[in-house]
Amino acid sequence: MTQRLGITPSQTVGPFFAYALTPRGRYALSDLVSNNLVTDDAVGQRIRIEGRILDGDGEPVTDAMLEIWQADGEGRYPGSEPTLGNTRFRGFGRTECDADGRFVFETVKPGPVPGPEGTMQAPHLNVGIFARGILRRLFTRIYFGDEAANAGDPILALVPADRRGTLIARPVDAGRYALDIRLQGQDETVFFEA
Amino acid sequence: MTYPLESLTAHPPNLYPGYRSTVKRAPSRPLVIIPQTLSELTGPVFGHDSLREHDNDLTRQHAGEPLGERIIVSGRVLDENGRPVPNTLVEIWQANAAGRYIHVNDQHPAPLDPNFTGAGRCLTDAEGRYAFTTIKPGSYPWRNHPNAWRPAHIHFSLFGPSFLTRLVTQMYFPGDPLLPYDPMWNSVPDERARLRMMSSFDLETTVPEWALGYRFDIVLRGRDATPMEDPHHD
Repeated sequence: MTQRLGITPSQTVGPFFAYALTPRGRYALSDLVSNNLVTDDAVGQRIRIEGRILDGDGEPVTDAMLEIWQADGEGRYPGSEPTLGNTRFRGFGRTECDADGRFVFETVKPGPVPGPEGTMQAPHLNVGIFARGILRRLFTRIYFGDEAANAGDPILALVPADRRGTLIARPVDAGRYALDIRLQGQDETVFFEA
Repeated sequence: MTYPLESLTAHPPNLYPGYRSTVKRAPSRPLVIIPQTLSELTGPVFGHDSLREHDNDLTRQHAGEPLGERIIVSGRVLDENGRPVPNTLVEIWQANAAGRYIHVNDQHPAPLDPNFTGAGRCLTDAEGRYAFTTIKPGSYPWRNHPNAWRPAHIHFSLFGPSFLTRLVTQMYFPGDPLLPYDPMWNSVPDERARLRMMSSFDLETTVPEWALGYRFDIVLRGRDATPMEDPHHD
């Protein structure tokens, strides 16, 4: 029998992560990842998604880090298919919030991906939020308000109907979407565990 | 094969009032449990092309050597089944020997070190091993409660094979007298789990007349193992 090891506990990213995780030319280290996921070979409609992160008082969270993980426009996660043609598209982005708590990602709109038991999931971004005061990563998703497939999404179906809207970005313009993330309080964003 | 949810009890709760910043940032509604789909079971991959020489040697990123006690922090990244996690990205950051971060928002009146940034990264090898050369970080004050000081620590960020194995944690040093007073350390409810965040002094990786060795193994979530039923797997 294999002895299961206990996992290493999570700790906060703290307020001073930027010079390692999001240096953006301000510090010595180069950027491994950024808020721009678009490569010249990325398949899918180019989009921009933006929003703010707000705390329980509705104040902007100015020292948060967001990560997104997503499929390409044809619903393929990088690395999951050996024959994936668009190998430069990494599907992973990272950014910090600015002084207004604002974040922006430039990416391609993901396609539908397989869900449990033969279902299909509506296009979505998988989102991780880290910050001072967040002891373990908060996990949420961003869906797109102009997708009819949301109605049949097996994950959205698990969310009480009156809270689903907290996960669905509003189309504001051609290729532009907006969604605020509320950590706590009224219209609190739905966070997941898996 | 999925990742068991029970393992997550090792983590701190979202709300831990002893750490003041959690009070307005912790979700108040229960987390919604969802099945593990392709979205959760896949994750980003980083290659050697993303790293530069000396990215894992924090004492050689500037013209001169940083001040402080030179240390080598090494260990293995494993999953819950004890299997090594190969080729995964490990990112670290820390204060300098005086307890000051290079981050523009750190206003602690301790000196910056022109020869120390305090950030590094590497990929684990085929056996899940990693190593960093750095200097021992200092303790520093913070404003969580009166006379609050953080124990010396190094921040670690790890990916593992999927979105669900992502981990950000902190590594502590054995014998640090500040640990029992630290809300971050104490936020982990189970003492055995807490001790998994502590490195151990290691004479074996100590380099004579050069640097002290500290060992820190990290355990990420692992999928349910059924090794007895599938001996030819791997």
